[in-house]
Amino acid sequence: MAAAEPFLRIENISKSFGTFQAVRNVSLNVEKGEIFSLLGGSGCGKTTLLRMLAGFEEPSGGKIYLDGRDMTGVAPWDRPVHMMFQSYALFPHMTVEKNIGYGLKHEKLSPQQKADRVREMLELVQLVPYATRKPHQISGGQRQRVALARALARQPKLLLLDEPLAALDKKLRERTQFELMAIQARTGVTFIVVTHDQEEAMTLSDRIAVMDKGEVKQVGSPGDIYEFPNSRFVADFIGSITSFPATILARSEAQLRLSVPALGGDVVARDVPGLSEGQDATVSIRPEKLHISRDRPEGANAFPGKVKDLAYFGKDSLYRVVLSSGALVQAHAVNASRGGEASRAPGWDDQVWISFDPASAIVLAE
Amino acid sequence: MDRKRLALWFDRKGWSDILILAPYVWLLLFFLLPFIIVVGMSVGTKTPTAPPISFGGDYPLINLQGYVRTVADSLYFRAFITSLVSAGIATVLCLLIGYPMALGLTRVSRSWRNILLMLVILPFWTSFLLRVYAWMGLMGKSSWFNAGLTSLWNDIVPASWAVEFVPMMHSNFAVVLVMVYTYLPFMILPLYASLERLDPTLDEAALDLGSKPWQVFLDVTLPQSIPGIIAGGMLVFIPAAGELVIPTLVGDASSPMIGRVISDQFSAARDWPMASAIAVVLLVLMVGPAVLYSHFQAKAEGSK
Repeated sequence: MAAAEPFLRIENISKSFGTFQAVRNVSLNVEKGEIFSLLGGSGCGKTTLLRMLAGFEEPSGGKIYLDGRDMTGVAPWDRPVHMMFQSYALFPHMTVEKNIGYGLKHEKLSPQQKADRVREMLELVQLVPYATRKPHQISGGQRQRVALARALARQPKLLLLDEPLAALDKKLRERTQFELMAIQARTGVTFIVVTHDQEEAMTLSDRIAVMDKGEVKQVGSPGDIYEFPNSRFVADFIGSITSFPATILARSEAQLRLSVPALGGDVVARDVPGLSEGQDATVSIRPEKLHISRDRPEGANAFPGKVKDLAYFGKDSLYRVVLSSGALVQAHAVNASRGGEASRAPGWDDQVWISFDPASAIVLAE
Repeated sequence: MDRKRLALWFDRKGWSDILILAPYVWLLLFFLLPFIIVVGMSVGTKTPTAPPISFGGDYPLINLQGYVRTVADSLYFRAFITSLVSAGIATVLCLLIGYPMALGLTRVSRSWRNILLMLVILPFWTSFLLRVYAWMGLMGKSSWFNAGLTSLWNDIVPASWAVEFVPMMHSNFAVVLVMVYTYLPFMILPLYASLERLDPTLDEAALDLGSKPWQVFLDVTLPQSIPGIIAGGMLVFIPAAGELVIPTLVGDASSPMIGRVISDQFSAARDWPMASAIAVVLLVLMVGPAVLYSHFQAKAEGSK
C-alpha cells in the first residue's frame, strides 16, 4: 500500500472560527513534485487551508498526512513545511544572507556547510551581489526571491506559497512565474500555491483545486478545469463564459439535443453522463469557441444575431452579439488575416451568424 | 480658496516659517537661555551678598572652584555614583517589568488594549507627591504592608533572623522602589509604541522556519524593539538620576543623591556657583550620551 499513499493527503479537513465554517470537509491528494494550486475568491477558505498545512491553525476535524506522517498536533517549528508569505515577511533587521540562513540555525550543519547552503540559495535566485543588503535596500522582485530562497534553504518537503505574485507588477509577474516554475523543477520540492488569480493558477500549476465557501468544487489540470468545468461556479470563475438555461430534448448516440430559447433554436452537444430527457440544464460557451461570420455556416448550432459592441485589440477582437431573443453572447475572433479579407470582418450593427462545434458546448446539470 | 492656493498663501506670508520657528524659540527661551545663566553662575564666586554671587571686581571673573570641587570632593563624587547607580537599577527594573507588560498590551484584543493602556496612564491623574506619601505609609514600620512582609519573613527564616519590622524606609531600596513605581509608565509607553508597529507575520515566519516561541522573541521581537528600549531607558534614567523629591522623602540622608546635593547647595549653603557647577556636570553626563545616540541614530537612518 505504501506506493499508493500520496505524498500529501488531506483527509476530511474542516475548520471553524466560532460559528463560521472557513473550511468544510476538504479532501485532497497531492503528489510529490507537483505544483498544486488552491484557487478561489477571498473568504473561500484557501488561506485557512494553507495555514493548517503550515501548522498555524489546528483543524477542527480531519487529518493531514505528509509523506505518511500524521501532522496533527505537530508545531509549526517542527514541520518540514515552509511558507513564502504574501508580504514576504523578511526580517528587516537582517541582511539578505542572514534572512536566507535563518532557518539553517536549527539544522545540524557546520558553519561552512551553512555558508555553502546560503551561497547555493543566493545563486539559485540570482541574488549573490545583494547578499549583504538589508531588505529595504532591494526591489520588490528581489525581496520575493529572498523570501523564496529563505523558505527553500532548509529543503522542505512542502513549500507553501501565499499569493506569490500578487505584490509584483504585471511585467515582473510574468517573468517571475517562469522563474518559480524553473526553480521548482530544479529543486523538486512540492509546491502548494494559494491564489485568487486564475491566470496565475493556470500557468503555474500542474493541478488546481477550485474552492468556494470552504469547499473544493473541482480538482484537475488547468485544461480540465477550463474546458470541462463541473459546475456553474467553476465555469464562471475561470475565464469568461456565456451561459444559457436549456432543456434536454433528446439523448442519442453520445449526443444531446437541447432546447435553448435564448439562442432561438436547438443546440446539439456532446452527451454528458447522468442527464435525462426533459431535465433542465445549462449550456455554456467560451467566447473563443464561437465563430462569427456574415454568411450562415454549415452544420448545427448556428444562430443569427446583430453586432452590438466590438472591441478591437489588434491581434484579436471581442464581439458582443445580440440574438433575436435579446440575449447577449460574447465571441472572440482572432484577426488572422489582413487587408481585403480583414475588411470583410463584421462591424457594428452588422447582421451575423454565430456558430459553434457540438464538442465545444459545456452542458451542466444546474 | 482651494487647498493648494491656501498652502501657497501660507508660504508666501511666511506663516510656515513661523510655525517651524516656534519650537526653536521655545527651546531658546526655556532651555538654552536658563542653561546659559546656570553656566554663567557656575563660574561665579560665592559672596555674602544678595544675590550671593559676584563676578569680577574683588573676585575673579571666571572662578572654576565649583567644577574643581565637584571632581575633587568625594562627597559629590559619591552622590553622583549613588544617583547613577540608583537610576540605573531603577531603569533596568522598569525595563524588566515594563517589557512583558508592553508586549502583553500588543497581544490582547483592541478593546482590552484601550482599557489596559488607560490603567497604565491612570496614576498620573493623582498628585505625584500624594503617591510618594502613600508609599511612605506603606513602607513605614507600623503599616499593614510592612507587618505582612515581616510575618512572611519571620515564617521562612530561622528564628535568630527574625525582625520586628522590615527596614524599608530611608534606604536606597526605598528610593529605587518608588522610582520604579513612578517611572514605569515612561518605560511602558515607548516600548508599547515600538512593539505595536512590528509585523506579526514576521513572528509567524520565524516559527515557520523552525524557531520556538522564545527563539522568535530573541531573534525577531527583541532586536526590532531596541529603539523603544533606548527611548524608554532615557525617559526613565534621565529624570531618575536628577530626582530630588523621592530621595528627600524616602531616601537615606547619609548617602544623598545628586539632586538633593544641588538643592542643599543652592538653598541651605547658599552656594550658587557650586550648585550650578554640579547641575552643569549632571546635564553633560545625561545629555551627552543622548546626543551621541541620536547622532548615530540619524546616521543609521541616513544610510537606509
